Amino acid sequence: MLTMILRRLASGVAVLIVVAVLTFVLLNLSAGNVARNILGDQATPDAVAAKNAELGLDQPVLTRLGDWLSGAVHLDFGKSFFTNEPVFTAIGSRLPVTLAMVIASILLIAVFATLLGMLAAVRRGWVDSAVQVLAIVGNSIPGFVIGVLLVWLLAITWQVFNAVSNISPGSGVQTWVGSLTLPVIALVINGLASAAQQIRSAFIRQLDQDYVRTLRSRGISEREILFKHVLRSAAPAGLTVLSLQFIGLLGGVVIIESIFAIPGMGRLAVDATTKGDLPIVMGVVIYTVVVVIVVNLIVDIINGWLNPKVRVS
Amino acid sequence: MTDSTSSPRVDGGTAPAAAAPSGQSGHVLRSSPLRRLLKSPTGLIALVILAGVVLMALLAPLLTSQDPNHADLTAVLLPPGGDHLLGTDSAGRDIWARLVFGSRLTLAAAAVAAVVAIAIGLPSGLVAGYYGGIFDGVANWSTNVLMSLPAIIVLLAVRAAVGPSVWISMVIFGVLLSPGYYRLTRTAVQSVRNELYVDAARVSGLSDGRIISRHVLSVVRAPIIIQTAIVAGLSITVASSLDFLGLGDPTVPTWGVMVSDGFKNIYRQPISLLWSSLAITLVIGGFVLLGNALRDSLEDLEKTKEKRAKPAGGRRARPVAVEVGTEHHLLKVTDLQVAYPQPRGGRKVVVDGVSFHVDRDEVVGIVGESGSGKSQTAFSILGLLPDNAILTRGAIQFDGAYTVAPGEDHVTQSRLAPLRGKRIGYIPQEPMSNLDPAFTIGAQLSRPMVTVMGLSKKAAKQRALQLLASVGIPDPNRTYHAYPHEVSGGMAQRVLIAGAISCEPDLIIADEPTTALDVTVQAEVLDVMRELQQRLKIGIIIVTHNFGVVADMCDRVLVMQDGSLVETGAVRQILHAPQHPYTRMLLSSMLEGKTPMTHLLADSTAGSDR
Repeated sequence: MLTMILRRLASGVAVLIVVAVLTFVLLNLSAGNVARNILGDQATPDAVAAKNAELGLDQPVLTRLGDWLSGAVHLDFGKSFFTNEPVFTAIGSRLPVTLAMVIASILLIAVFATLLGMLAAVRRGWVDSAVQVLAIVGNSIPGFVIGVLLVWLLAITWQVFNAVSNISPGSGVQTWVGSLTLPVIALVINGLASAAQQIRSAFIRQLDQDYVRTLRSRGISEREILFKHVLRSAAPAGLTVLSLQFIGLLGGVVIIESIFAIPGMGRLAVDATTKGDLPIVMGVVIYTVVVVIVVNLIVDIINGWLNPKVRVS
Repeated sequence: MTDSTSSPRVDGGTAPAAAAPSGQSGHVLRSSPLRRLLKSPTGLIALVILAGVVLMALLAPLLTSQDPNHADLTAVLLPPGGDHLLGTDSAGRDIWARLVFGSRLTLAAAAVAAVVAIAIGLPSGLVAGYYGGIFDGVANWSTNVLMSLPAIIVLLAVRAAVGPSVWISMVIFGVLLSPGYYRLTRTAVQSVRNELYVDAARVSGLSDGRIISRHVLSVVRAPIIIQTAIVAGLSITVASSLDFLGLGDPTVPTWGVMVSDGFKNIYRQPISLLWSSLAITLVIGGFVLLGNALRDSLEDLEKTKEKRAKPAGGRRARPVAVEVGTEHHLLKVTDLQVAYPQPRGGRKVVVDGVSFHVDRDEVVGIVGESGSGKSQTAFSILGLLPDNAILTRGAIQFDGAYTVAPGEDHVTQSRLAPLRGKRIGYIPQEPMSNLDPAFTIGAQLSRPMVTVMGLSKKAAKQRALQLLASVGIPDPNRTYHAYPHEVSGGMAQRVLIAGAISCEPDLIIADEPTTALDVTVQAEVLDVMRELQQRLKIGIIIVTHNFGVVADMCDRVLVMQDGSLVETGAVRQILHAPQHPYTRMLLSSMLEGKTPMTHLLADSTAGSDR
């Protein structure tokens, strides 16, 4: 079990390094225009050259990569080209909102997709058909269209929620809940049905196993078979579905934050991309990879713990 | 939908329905997939939508006289009507014209991503699957990395590096989607590579290239078409999302930009949002539906469910008195017929008019080849047939009461559930797959004794250890605490026998109890069963294809062929004077008691003896 965790951790670090190097080189291939973007069209060539030197952009890419990596080891990811804010603080201050939304959404998806998936697998009939149809609908409507529709319907037409968030540093729980409910609903709608559909298949695969029939032949109740045995066996597949959903949510939240004007990672990423604020973009990529690695590691650990073959050895 | 862009799925979740239980012979004729696609309503809807968009893109200049990029600040946010069919946007541009021309870019974006994804995923999947080795390892690792990155974040970084271009975005997105093709190609190739006909092709001297193109590509063609429909939908989602975020090329009319523009003016002219949102959703929906319909038509997954008449007069079936004079039989099966609905309509009968009885302290064998319906008969008695099975005729009574009364078309679980475990035990065929791998043997063995017999946990454990000892397990305590993967197949089968007798049933149904075991272990397991039977005086039904087991264990024997009983009688009588040709054939195929034939190699060894 421990060796499994260490091996996964090592491979995670390898992935992180590869992605960091590739992204850094890619971003810095076009670093030539950054100074002009910051200073504006009227700047003199001398001023541009000075700015380039100030930002360290006159150095070769490999030198900059070395600098960046040696800083990154100490959690120093450089400063924003535009605001001079350290990347680490810029991301740190946006992280809570984004993670709050993503985690709330994945928990809701986990609970409801499991219930729906189970119900569809066991009952079949109309619940099953409904899940199938909803999955098609959910797969067909892009996240931003769902967000826009929710704003129009719930915020503008019915005025149940605010159309834009009013979260600021230090706002209370009520503001958070009020501002994030609608975005979370949008994120959940987007992933729920297809997650339920995949969890349904995982359940059906387990229900078809021989041991389920044998348990039935022993007089074990259907409820116990379902919640104790089948749920447990279907859990690894279900967790994999949810971890992929989670990765999807990290992308989906970028769009949802733009729609609801939420000051999170997504807005930061989009703004930095538009302006060409390379250190921030770099930081966002690193943060995303780290979150993905952590989530996959957690899933691996839970699956390892659920599987006696891994746990006992 | 952006959410799952990093995880293109092939398995959309429709698990293959159990059209007919495995092992039953017979097959279904396939008609042309395309024809079936057109017949299914979803396929037809998908094709109509997609054909409409393609036409829209091709005929764009004919469909509108307006320039999609012509801004007119005197005519901003006009409602639909007049010169502007669908009104104008915030820059006074004609919405209908932008919608029509936007379809071109939408389709082109999807095409670019799909072509790139196929161009990378297909060859690398072929090579990795066919040759394996280092390339396979590297490709797998890269695939895992690509699949663990949210597409939108990667595309943001690319946009920051190279500026706004839908083409570059779609090329990169194609790279991100290539693992989908890689994986399905690799899996398909791996399974085909080891097929006999590929070996044959190799032996006959075909080059690897020829083998791949002739045998392998034909296998992956269908899944790739399905995957492409999914990929097209995902690409449109991502391309329009980027445009919506304002990261696309502002000079090109796209649906994503239109939604964005409409959203910015949602208070002033909400209707302008509708058209572009609807167009995007319809096209993506078209691709999703196409993928689903293709999968259904290729995988032969049409609904096999039949509408079943609700049992009249409330859920609970009233007890019906059994035929007078038959109450004393432990089990009596009368004229049983079991059928499965077929994908193309009609039913396949797997058990046909089977009648027999079992008394207490009697061992009855059911013999026949695979697919003769013997297991189906056993599962009917247990009430554990698959959901789609229909009892088309007949009745089953157990200990003087019907479990399946005449005229009922399915098993009433409320009647059979109390009998299972407590009165009727079951020994399955395959030892390993019949134990839940996640629980210890002890937990699985003692749990029924707690729920069915009402023992305390401690008493149940005590009894479980005794049972394990009684079926010949040398160290019951160790086995009790072991997980199924930690014991051998023979031990696992003994555990299952212990489980079947744990609640002291009157009847045990053993479905090929020794088939999966080594020959030496077979004899030991049969000894255990015989000893238990003589000690507990229970009735046993042994389903088997092995006359050796029958001769060893049974009092009476039933011979089944193609779902029907062809011969029944006492074991001695059947073994010594079989009446039916099929019984004679089964008997003559046994090796025991035969005089050995001459060695095949006798001549050649003699000749080579120099």
